[in-house]
Amino acid sequence: MTIAVPAPSALDAAPVSGPVTDRAGARAFVDTYIVPYAEAYDQAGYIPEELLDQMAEAGLWAPFLPEEVGGAGMDLVTLGEVHEEVGRGCSSVRSLLTVHTMVSWAVQRWGSAAQREKWTPALAKGEVLGAFCLSEPGAGSDTSGITTTAVQSGTGWVLNGGKKWITGGQRADLYLVFARTASSIGAFLVPRESPGVEVRPIDDMLGTRASMLAEVTFDEVALGADALLGPSGFTAGMVLTGTLDLGRYSVAAGSVGIIQACLEASAAYTAAREVGGSVLRDLPLIQAKLSDMVTDARAARLLLAEAGRLKDAGEASTIMATWVAKYFASTAAARHASEAVQIHGANGCSPDYPVARFYRDAKVMEIIEGSNEIQRITIAGQAAREVTL
Amino acid sequence: MSNTAEAQILAFVRSRYPQAEIAGDQDIFSLGFVNSLFAMELVMFVEKTFEVTIPNEELRIDNFRTAGSMAELVGRLSEELAA
Repeated sequence: MTIAVPAPSALDAAPVSGPVTDRAGARAFVDTYIVPYAEAYDQAGYIPEELLDQMAEAGLWAPFLPEEVGGAGMDLVTLGEVHEEVGRGCSSVRSLLTVHTMVSWAVQRWGSAAQREKWTPALAKGEVLGAFCLSEPGAGSDTSGITTTAVQSGTGWVLNGGKKWITGGQRADLYLVFARTASSIGAFLVPRESPGVEVRPIDDMLGTRASMLAEVTFDEVALGADALLGPSGFTAGMVLTGTLDLGRYSVAAGSVGIIQACLEASAAYTAAREVGGSVLRDLPLIQAKLSDMVTDARAARLLLAEAGRLKDAGEASTIMATWVAKYFASTAAARHASEAVQIHGANGCSPDYPVARFYRDAKVMEIIEGSNEIQRITIAGQAAREVTL
Repeated sequence: MSNTAEAQILAFVRSRYPQAEIAGDQDIFSLGFVNSLFAMELVMFVEKTFEVTIPNEELRIDNFRTAGSMAELVGRLSEELAA
């Protein structure tokens, strides 16, 4: 790993006062422990351990897990608000939170009693960090291209293959790996220390540069029978579908956070910067950009909240609602991050202002957890089915 | 319970695929539109509507092949819950 500069953290700040239970608490945490250091994380290309620990102290890693395993039983509407606030501060941190959320949820939802007992308390506390291993060098959104294999051997499995673009892969302790089995695609829980697991950092990405991406390879990795998570056969795809759905929800939340961050940075800059004797915010073309940011932030937030409400209610329609929220929020984030850079002019292209980082991070939101193209195909397909001609 | 469940499940499937003509004993997999997304929606619908949790070992294709077989699964899980 190439470290350009050491990433500072809020070691001199007041200790974490208690668990984050709502948006206001998340905002305060993010403003204290993340926002002042996000540029440094981005330049260093990693998140310091101190912040990971502070997030654990704040109960941020998996607060939606039940209280009996160490979570807080947080509803998903509130979880979305918390992830939005983290995304407002730093998309790299939010990315780590997203993949950990996906793994934690998958174990809770699909795990056997033994698997839940083994992993969920540590996942809830952030003592074990999870990473989601789906993409491969030749297969991203197209899961039919997965070549990693899991072959039954005795009572267990043998895993072979390679995963790429794994968010948090450099730091994670537990990988949720999707691999081709004899009958379908299975999900496997693979501890990082398993013999045959190799982790290679991926540096210098366009955006979410501190999300500690890695390429993770599996060479004859022997796993026990208890490594398989969830059902096998035709429903095995549901583990992937359900897990990606929650990841998409978190990315949508993070995208709302980016729009909000663009708005706040642009509002502050245009209030102070003068041109031709007027402050920028008095110029109609600037006002148009700011008004669009305000409107899209609110619209995206409402779509997110609706998807979250449907999740809390257990409604099947949450899956499509989440697709729509993620599509809208990620494209709006990319659009407004571009406008935020435009508003800041040359300053916006420099590391002196956060909008260049927002711009790079926002582009990533249009690609991860289902590219925009896949999203449009899925949304249009649903519309075509539901509309009776 | 079973007939009511079957009717509700059929209504859900038809709401997702209005153009398809589906009967309670028809194999929905033969219609070619079942993918993992729809399977997930089906499971969520069944669990929410009938207040049951479908354990991993019951997530077998035969339990989801027809509205009737899904209704039988619901009936079985409801009985276990009541026992």
